[in-house]
Amino acid sequence: MAKIKGTIVVDTERCKGCEVCVASCPCDVLALAPAVNGKGYHYAHMANPDNCTGCASCAIICPDTCITVYRQKFE
Amino acid sequence: MAEYIVEKTKENLVYSKTPVLTDNVMHYCPGCSHGTIHKLIAEVIEEMGVQDKAIGVSPVGCSVFAYNYLNIDWVQAAHGRAAAVATAAHRLYPDKLVFTYQGDGDLAAIGTAESIHVCNRGESIAVFYINNAIYGMTGGQMAPTTLLGMKTATCPYGRDPQLHGYPYKVADFVCQLPGVCYVTRQSVHTPANVRKAKKAIRKAFENALAGKGLSFVEFVATCNSGWKMTPVQANKWMEENMLPAYPLGDIKNE
Amino acid sequence: MGEIKLMKGNEVIAEAAIRCGADGYFGYPITPQSEVMETLMERKPWETTGMVVVQAESEVSSINMVYGGAACGKRVMTSSSSPGISLMCEGLTYLAGAELPCVVVNVTRGGPGLGTIQPAQSDYYQAVKGGGHGDYKIIVLAPASVQEMHDFVFDAFDLAFKYRNPVMILSDGVIGQMMEKVELAEQRPRWTDEEIKQMHDSWACTGKSAGRNGNIVTSLELDPYRQEQFNYKIFEKYARCEAEEVRYEEYLTEDADYLLVAFGSSARICKKTIEIAREQGYKVGLIRPITLWPFPSKKIKEVAVQTKGVLVAELNMGQMVDDVRLAVNGAVPVEHYGRTGGAVYSPEEVFEALKTKIINK
Repeated sequence: MAKIKGTIVVDTERCKGCEVCVASCPCDVLALAPAVNGKGYHYAHMANPDNCTGCASCAIICPDTCITVYRQKFE
Repeated sequence: MAEYIVEKTKENLVYSKTPVLTDNVMHYCPGCSHGTIHKLIAEVIEEMGVQDKAIGVSPVGCSVFAYNYLNIDWVQAAHGRAAAVATAAHRLYPDKLVFTYQGDGDLAAIGTAESIHVCNRGESIAVFYINNAIYGMTGGQMAPTTLLGMKTATCPYGRDPQLHGYPYKVADFVCQLPGVCYVTRQSVHTPANVRKAKKAIRKAFENALAGKGLSFVEFVATCNSGWKMTPVQANKWMEENMLPAYPLGDIKNE
Repeated sequence: MGEIKLMKGNEVIAEAAIRCGADGYFGYPITPQSEVMETLMERKPWETTGMVVVQAESEVSSINMVYGGAACGKRVMTSSSSPGISLMCEGLTYLAGAELPCVVVNVTRGGPGLGTIQPAQSDYYQAVKGGGHGDYKIIVLAPASVQEMHDFVFDAFDLAFKYRNPVMILSDGVIGQMMEKVELAEQRPRWTDEEIKQMHDSWACTGKSAGRNGNIVTSLELDPYRQEQFNYKIFEKYARCEAEEVRYEEYLTEDADYLLVAFGSSARICKKTIEIAREQGYKVGLIRPITLWPFPSKKIKEVAVQTKGVLVAELNMGQMVDDVRLAVNGAVPVEHYGRTGGAVYSPEEVFEALKTKIINK
């Protein structure tokens, strides 16, 4: 059965750690990283990358457009 | 379990920042709805291919700096006067896409006359009205749309109608004006709402270019620093308090 | 010889606007200048030259429509009278702060407050010292005839775009409401959108041209040192304007023992005063400032020092007299005579004042 898998790239320096993406992810992929960026924000990162389906919910809601999303079909 | 590695190739790209947005990092507080709304407007401008036709009018308020974030021509208006500025730009360039981007203080307090009359003239522009029930830039004062009982810097004991009057529902006013063809309330606090909001922006721009009259798109939005909440809490608080007062959905669609 | 007509000052403002290729007029009714918009609406220039005419909901809205039109690189204007101009002052400082060209006509009426609808010159300070906040200037032209009302619309637009700054035509109820013979200029074509892009693509909001980023028209600056540099820059512009654009009329000053300084309709009264005075052997001359800003200080000083004294006659409680005193700087006595609130003096009254305050002093 074909599998759809996704992944995201977070522009960690632009991210302000608002956590809105974390709340909007349907597959519980995201969390705020323990590390902080140059401005001292805990940026978003994929805590459970395998769950990501590439639905882009996080990307479209991000107020600072920090997230780029990729998706691939695996046979 | 087999390891699925998604290659970050062009073919696999699903979502990325639109080039209509500049590279400037937005000054908005973390989680502020402005950023999301800016992005949606930028994306629609890209998709409609009107970056060379769009003339935005930014207000005074947090979103005064919208002009730093969308790479189109912008006229920054005096507080409350965006609708007048847009009227002239539209009349003088009828084939361009003119829109205003205003907060609740700008549109519904000082700019009330301009806002009502641009609607009454039925200018074929889009008015984006960001209603977060507070004055953000000046530090959290009461707005015309502040809810009863809501605490702000200028109604610290909660908005009391005897002292401060009632929340002002602009959309319910302007929908009665014949010059207005589209009135809708949207929000950007969940992915589903973001998708709907984007469609509303698209509709407003299409109406404007088709000369159908004024499109009024209200975004019920959050101001987590003014409300003194985290962004996620603000989204939740908005759902429970703002949306009952400012119900989402199309109010007029001709 | 252009077309000759008998027209009201207010009507000729509208006619001149159409003929000089204005793109837009945005206004609001107020006595004594409502005929400007009435004429424009009657002439329907949108069907001929394509000029847009909009009646706004207030003067505040009108000046901000002008701001919007100017930000698009178009020739736009408004007209109002004293109370309305007060409402427009915020807009004027925004226009100066964003370096936007436009024309604003003030057909002055008696004040303060709601005041009267009769002519006055009590908006001089507001016009030349700035009715709005901050360090800025607007170029101010003071017509004294219906012909000058016509000519100054053309001059005002040219100056506005030369200096990218608001220009005010400071008239009054007399000139606005009186009819005189006027020679009308030929129709000058409006700029096409392409011409505007060629001339003003570096700043005007015309829709982002390929190969450039979006233009931003604003007067906002959060960094005080950048704002300071901007203010220095516009004051260099104003210095150039002061050096190049001063205009005045000299009348019988060559042999004058006494000098009158007056602008607009007051200057016409003073010419009659001079006639009366000269019949009685008093050699009196007149300098009529045409640009109230930049003010003809040099010329006034130059002439004043050859006389025994200056009387400034203006329809207010004394405003331009300050600038005349600054110009003369104590070299000779400078006194003021005025009536106010819409009351207008006669030539004889000015002559009496000249005698009591200057000649027999």
